[in-house]
Amino acid sequence: MTDQPLALPGYPSRVRAFRTPSMVLRNVKPASDARADPAPMRWAIIAITIVFLILFIVAPLVNVFAQAFSKGLEAYIAAIRNPDALAAIQLTLIVAAISVALNLVFGVIGAWAITKYEFPGKSLLITAIDLPFSVSPVISGLVFVLLFGGQGLFGPWLQAHDIKIIFALPGIVLATIFVTFPFVARELIPLMREQGTQDEEASLSLGASGLRTFFKVTLPNIKWALLYGVLLCNARAMGEFGAVSVVSGHVRGETNTMPLHIEILYNEYQFMAAFAVASLLALLALVTLVAKIVLEGRAAKGSIL
Amino acid sequence: MIGAAIFRHKRRVIPGFGITMGTTLLWLSLIVLIPLAALFLKTTDLSFDQFLRIVSSPRVLHALQLSFGLSLAAAAINLVFGAVVVWALVRYEFPGRRVFDAVIDIPFALPTAVAGIALTNLYAENGWFGRLLAPLGIQVAFTPLGIFVALVFVGLPFVVRTVQPVLEDLEAELEEAAATLGASRWTTIRRVIFPALLPALLTGFALAFARAVGEYGSVIFIAGNLPNVSEIAPLLIVIRLEEFRYADATAIAAVMLLASFVILLVVNLLQRWSERRTREY
Repeated sequence: MTDQPLALPGYPSRVRAFRTPSMVLRNVKPASDARADPAPMRWAIIAITIVFLILFIVAPLVNVFAQAFSKGLEAYIAAIRNPDALAAIQLTLIVAAISVALNLVFGVIGAWAITKYEFPGKSLLITAIDLPFSVSPVISGLVFVLLFGGQGLFGPWLQAHDIKIIFALPGIVLATIFVTFPFVARELIPLMREQGTQDEEASLSLGASGLRTFFKVTLPNIKWALLYGVLLCNARAMGEFGAVSVVSGHVRGETNTMPLHIEILYNEYQFMAAFAVASLLALLALVTLVAKIVLEGRAAKGSIL
Repeated sequence: MIGAAIFRHKRRVIPGFGITMGTTLLWLSLIVLIPLAALFLKTTDLSFDQFLRIVSSPRVLHALQLSFGLSLAAAAINLVFGAVVVWALVRYEFPGRRVFDAVIDIPFALPTAVAGIALTNLYAENGWFGRLLAPLGIQVAFTPLGIFVALVFVGLPFVVRTVQPVLEDLEAELEEAAATLGASRWTTIRRVIFPALLPALLTGFALAFARAVGEYGSVIFIAGNLPNVSEIAPLLIVIRLEEFRYADATAIAAVMLLASFVILLVVNLLQRWSERRTREY
């Protein structure tokens, strides 16, 4: 086992973005002729890259917006102002607010525990935190059905006490917390490890309390990475489909989140309406990506200053 | 005196170890470890014979074969095109390079259900791509080929974002030395650069594969979902759950979960190899 968290999209490059000036300057390299490729190879690789990315990645995204506005702006607004769509948007916001808040608090605590102390089994703990990434979304929902569903381990007890978890808000929140569990911690761990503990030790030796040290020293050091972790966590929480689908029960206007509402509309051949709601989530994805670029730029600039 | 105390207890200089570690372990257990353990506990309700009978039934076997087979194929395509894309993004300057770099994260950021309906619409008979492919006799939507396209979509960022930082960090001296010693560009790429990238390429491949095996949202719209033809394993779990056949759902899930753990282990080993490799270079 390595004590590096698994490489996932964006993760290693962000470590780079959030590092301090000495780390950046160390890697400045002179341009080199030995690295020049023959022109035909260069053109072929650039052409393949552009065509592949446009066909496989850009086209689906553009298609979402094209279909959403295919019947004009009025139809688009009407589709979003539909009561069921509004209920789905509201539920999605509630679920995301609860699960992101909890993952934010526990993600910071976890990253702190992992990076500020030495203890045996650290790599195992990091792997355990990463587990939800390797589990199919469907299984992430299934485990909660097995625990709290009618035939589940705690099912009879919950029924006797008239508590509803599965096919209700608590189940949706639980499944969402599960799938977004690693986001905040894995965003912070590499950065906090690189930053070490000197700053905190200095603050403590000057007489600051542990909590004061965290809020005055650690938090300012990690704020951009933390913000990006929260944004990623939020994007996934609002967009989660498989896990939520298994635990929600698909009650229209009650337990339908936005992705589930999109599925229902699509299966009812209300394609335009489905794409209209989908365009909101696509917009959220775009905002998250732009925020990533801005935050990386800001972290790099901030570290140079 | 105080200095000596700090020195002796270096690892406990910063307060809060007990409370933060306790909270982390408790939260992790409640949300992740206990629920996952419940799945395996539930599997033990089944006798081994029952388990085998469920998992080896033709429909389940086909779904597992389809999920794992297509995921392998998609990860392989992502490996090849991911390597090409990384090379272009890291080594060349071309118009829109930064935009194309940002675009890589779209499959990671776009909710799977949104990707699912968008891909289906693109490749349906009257869609932008479906219209062009139909005269050629190629049907993508509602066939296993559609599943493959969706899995390529979701897997690409895993290969690119794993390999990209390794290529960026590769020392220029290595290639200069190879060139100085008379190696052709092709020989340098094959004998110097490729071996250095290999661990990252394999890690990216494994991550893309792992993601594809469990993928649900972006696949079910485009798949057609015909039993024994285009029905993936995660969908079969959902179907069994909706039929209240919990034992069946649990058995299929246990097989898939076990497979994910094996992949996770392989990825861990690959990363350890990669770190050793990096130190050598």
